[in-house]
Amino acid sequence: MIAYVLRRIVQSVLVMLVVALVSFSLFRFVGDPVATMMGQEASQADREALRDRLGLNDPVIVQFAGYIARAASGDFGISYRLQQPVMELILSRLPATLELALISGTLAFVFGVGLGVYTALNRRGWLSGTIMTVSLVGVSLPTFLIGVLLIWVFAVELQWLPSFGRGETVDVGPWRTGLLTPSGRASIVLPAITLGLYQMTLIMRLVRAEMLEVLRTDYIKFARARGLSDRAVNFGHALKNTLVPVITITGLQLGSIIAFAIITETVFQWPGVGALFINSVQFVDIPVMAAYLMLIALIFVVINLVVDLLYYAVDPRLRLDRAAARH
Amino acid sequence: MTEPLLSVRDLRVEFPNRRGTLTALDGISFDIAPGEVLGMVGESGAGKSLTGAAIIGLLEPPGRIAGGEIRLKGQRIDTLSPEQMRRIRGKRIGMVFQDPLTSLNPLYTVAQQLVETIRTHMPLSEVDARKRAIALLDRVGIPAAARRIDDYPHHFSGGMRQRVVIALALCAEPELVIADEPTTALDVSVQAQIIDLIKEICAERGAAVMLITHDMGVIAETADRVAVLYAGRLAEIGPVRDVILDAAHPYTRGLMGSIPTLTQESDRLVQIPGAMPRLSSIPTGCAFNPRCPEAFDRCRTERPVPLDRPGGRQVACWLAAKESAHG
Ligand SMILES: Nc1ncnc2c1ncn2[C@@H]1O[C@H](COP(=O)(O)OP(=O)(O)OP(=O)(O)O)[C@@H](O)[C@H]1O
Ligand code: SF4
Ligand SMILES: [Mg+2]
Repeated sequence: MIAYVLRRIVQSVLVMLVVALVSFSLFRFVGDPVATMMGQEASQADREALRDRLGLNDPVIVQFAGYIARAASGDFGISYRLQQPVMELILSRLPATLELALISGTLAFVFGVGLGVYTALNRRGWLSGTIMTVSLVGVSLPTFLIGVLLIWVFAVELQWLPSFGRGETVDVGPWRTGLLTPSGRASIVLPAITLGLYQMTLIMRLVRAEMLEVLRTDYIKFARARGLSDRAVNFGHALKNTLVPVITITGLQLGSIIAFAIITETVFQWPGVGALFINSVQFVDIPVMAAYLMLIALIFVVINLVVDLLYYAVDPRLRLDRAAARH
Repeated sequence: MTEPLLSVRDLRVEFPNRRGTLTALDGISFDIAPGEVLGMVGESGAGKSLTGAAIIGLLEPPGRIAGGEIRLKGQRIDTLSPEQMRRIRGKRIGMVFQDPLTSLNPLYTVAQQLVETIRTHMPLSEVDARKRAIALLDRVGIPAAARRIDDYPHHFSGGMRQRVVIALALCAEPELVIADEPTTALDVSVQAQIIDLIKEICAERGAAVMLITHDMGVIAETADRVAVLYAGRLAEIGPVRDVILDAAHPYTRGLMGSIPTLTQESDRLVQIPGAMPRLSSIPTGCAFNPRCPEAFDRCRTERPVPLDRPGGRQVACWLAAKESAHG
């Protein structure tokens, strides 16, 4: 077990190093930071002095090591555009993105699993057919279109929900939350649905396929032959076996949700890191872009790691060392 | 004669599909007395498993019982509601499937699966159910049962898993156990032990057994009576000794050629040239007539009716009818 965990952690660190290299190269290959910072009129000597001060004349490997050391301590430099520490900027925007991702991830999981199980158990029902057909639309419509449609129906026509922003927010320590005010909660509904719809459809189709597969297995037939109730067979035996692979995919989806939040945040003018990133791209604000890249990678890597360990905890077949110890 | 434990009369199972209706079992009738071991043989696809599934109420849709009746101790069970039938499964009729590697849910310990099944059918506390489970495992020959009970199925070898499956099938004291090729998937070295175990443990509890197998040798050693199926119809049924020594149906005589001898191993019934017809193209008259070495005109036009013979035997063959009329 410990060896497995260690191995996975080493793998994760390696992945992060590769990403750090990519994000570091942004500085070298996309635009010239000295030109960006000093403008056109600075003298050649001033430029050289700055290059020296920024360490740009050091060997690349030394620069990279310095970059990693600073990144590890949370220092990603100063935003070209906003002249604020990048870390500060990201931290102030992160709660908005995380709240949105968490709410839409939860919605996607709950409804995805619920509908997936329902359509698997009632395979021949007309309602299942309808759900499956509608879900095809969910998969094929692009996110921004879904967002715009939702805004049109619920914000413009029905005027039930706000169409942009986060509503009123409250500071809880360093965390700025919108979930504690009525306007904040109303504001998150449409973006959360927009962001989660695709993932929900995905989870639903996965759960359905996986569940149908499990329902055909011998151990389900044997469970029925032992007279266990439908409830025990469907939810105790079949669902648990279905969820093992689903956990993996769903966990990984959480990473994509955060990454895909870029589009949703833009459509709904949601003040999260995704919107920050889009603005940075427009201004070629390299430090912010590089930090965003690292952040997303870190989230993916951590989720991956947690999912793997969870999977390991849920599925006894993977706990081989315990079995080996017995024989 | 005492009242039969199980009585099947004119059982007919159909699979409706787009092009019409396939009749998979047609006019199957037999009894099983309390405590009796009935062997059931026939080539692959003859309908042995379907007969078991129909009795226990687990035909997979669209398959359905289209005619006849099934009685357990005189009570009609083919017309029960799904919930009433569920209470009979595991409690009064136990089932052992072919492959022990896939019959157990990999995510639950043996203890969890046993306790759940016991408590479904018996008003026992968790603690008492566990005691009962340990005693059962001990009885089916799991060494150190009290310790091994908390292991997962993958910790056991194939033979040991089949013992667990047998414990599960017997845990609520059923009156009838349907064992569908319980040793086909096992290593040859443990096959005989498992068959002996099933026979012993059922005898000691007074449970009758319907033993489905390809192995005439097993039938000869284990069963009291044997039923021979061909293309979804009953060819012959009678006491094992009589049927083996003096088979009345040409198909049974062909099967007898497949009893493995010490020098030559064979567990498939392949001695008769030709193949069993598909359900969609069963010939008129006797289903066996294209392969029968003794077929005559009447066999090709008229379906043979099952004929009672002395000694509790029954044969569906025109040739046998002619002989008994003359003799
Ligand atoms: N879902 C189904 N749809 C159509 N036909 C089916 C279906 N299930 C089974 N059958 C048919 O019913 C017949 C009997 O099948 P069954 O499984 O009872 O055979 P068996 O005697 O147990 O064979 P084996 O020795 O291979 O286990 C087969 O011809 C099979 O094609
Ligand atoms: S009825 Fe005719 S074809 Fe059928 S088994 Fe008897 S002799 Fe052969
Ligand atoms: Mg079978």
